[in-house]
Amino acid sequence: MKPAPFVHHGPRTLDEAVAVLGEVGHDGKVLAGGQSLIPVLNMRLAQPAHLVDINRVAGLDTVTVTDSHVRVGATVRHAELEKHDEAYAVLPLLRQALLCVAHPAIRNRGTTVGSIAHADAAGEMPSVLVLTQGVIEVVGPRGRREVAALEFFEGPLQTVLEADELVEAVRFARFAPGTRTAFLESARRSGDYAVAGVGVAVDVSTDSGEAVVTGARAAYVSVTDIPVVVDLTDAVAGQPVSSVWDGVDELVQAGIAPEADIHASSEYRRMLAAELTRRALTRATTEGTA
Amino acid sequence: MTDIDQGTTVDVTVTVNGIAHTRTVEPRRLLSDFIRHDLRLTGTHVGCEHGVCGACTVLVDGKPMRSCLMFAVSAEDMEITTVEGLGTQDAMGPVQQAFVECHGLQCGFCTPGFVTTITAFIEENPDPTSEEAREAISGNLCRCTGYQNICKAVLRAAEINRERATPTEGGDPA
Ligand SMILES: Cc1cc2nc3c(=O)[nH]c(=O)nc-3n(C[C@H](O)[C@H](O)[C@H](O)COP(=O)(O)OP(=O)(O)OC[C@H]3O[C@@H](n4cnc5c(N)ncnc54)[C@H](O)[C@@H]3O)c2cc1C
Ligand code: FES
Ligand code: FES
Repeated sequence: MKPAPFVHHGPRTLDEAVAVLGEVGHDGKVLAGGQSLIPVLNMRLAQPAHLVDINRVAGLDTVTVTDSHVRVGATVRHAELEKHDEAYAVLPLLRQALLCVAHPAIRNRGTTVGSIAHADAAGEMPSVLVLTQGVIEVVGPRGRREVAALEFFEGPLQTVLEADELVEAVRFARFAPGTRTAFLESARRSGDYAVAGVGVAVDVSTDSGEAVVTGARAAYVSVTDIPVVVDLTDAVAGQPVSSVWDGVDELVQAGIAPEADIHASSEYRRMLAAELTRRALTRATTEGTA
Repeated sequence: MTDIDQGTTVDVTVTVNGIAHTRTVEPRRLLSDFIRHDLRLTGTHVGCEHGVCGACTVLVDGKPMRSCLMFAVSAEDMEITTVEGLGTQDAMGPVQQAFVECHGLQCGFCTPGFVTTITAFIEENPDPTSEEAREAISGNLCRCTGYQNICKAVLRAAEINRERATPTEGGDPA
């Protein structure tokens, strides 16, 4: 099908974008990469009267790496962030997760910030942002505000963002030195939305001469309504990096609440999440460093 | 499609296969429809219109993207390449040639999307493994072939590309 008619706004500056959103935001939508919004418009599940196309807004297309974070502007494509070597060097989790986001053709157009604003429970990057304890930079007619990732998501496809507000950028916080990460998921076809997925961050200390795990956290895809961080420290602390991580099951099961759908039952998703967590811990402790 | 909107149309100039085309369209005109209806370049196919099948994939500044998930107004100043821009019957591009040699198509509905996707892929990865070849086409659906010959065509296309890049005496592309 085709979208219903709309008025297209193409602001060139952030001020213009904020002004036009202030006027039409309540009857309009921000258009970023369009890889989630345009399917919805094509199927006429939404018929906004205005689209505020931010693709030509100057200054939103940059990735900035600092000592504390990786800042990603609103029009940075998934593929650009995935291929950003400086970002990968300080936060490998970004590329590890982005390779699981859709197919290359979708990643070439879709934006990382857009997927966070969209807040799909099956999206990888909302969970990654939460796992890094990141921040969302919001701008609107009432000025700027910053929202901690854990407070941003309210439900599936629901965030604290007001209709006339725009996400200017997100900041993925860097982990402490010695933290190792991995991202794993299970999908029916490579690039499809995950049946379940997990990102892990594992703290490793080598103070005693041997590499020992001191803590671990996990964030999930497709098994929680909103991204949550499950602390696995109690089950893993003190163990050598070469362990098998059988003890994490209970903590994982308690931390998630998967829904059933045509692809998998709730029970199956639980088992999958636990198994993926074990494998991700193994991958992180044996391969990944940050 | 006739204009049945509130009367708002815009002039849009999009460069397709090296030629700048200007048309007056509604902002809601999908790039896929701009290419097929307004420019009559029907090589680009439309299957699902929600990004899943890959039939509508075109190259945007050299990168594969879904033309059903872009508006023509957003493609202004961009260089679009469709399957028509990747070769002719007499002088086929490497991917087209490989599809012929490997029997990579049956009905051909999915083929334009595969050809554009694979063209960009072998630019980025000139000597892929068969596993990488499979991964590269995982975002495109084909209901006929069972994919095996398409995987072979990816590897063969990369090979043809390398052969053509090696300077020989004649340098005849076909
Ligand atoms: C076939 C297919 C498979 C996919 N598979 C996956 C997958 O496996 N994992 C995954 O995570 N995603 C997947 N996606 C979605 C993809 O990642 C999108 O790029 C992403 O969800 C949205 O980003 P976008 O830039 O395209 O946003 P848009 O589609 O432009 O916008 C999405 C929503 O967010 C709002 N929005 C966007 N940017 C902003 C902003 N800066 N400020 C305020 N609001 C904003 C829009 O108003 C809209 O409501 C898939 C998409 C397709 C078509
Ligand atoms: S028609 Fe565009 S992906 Fe199917
Ligand atoms: S050849 Fe028929 S769909 Fe691929």
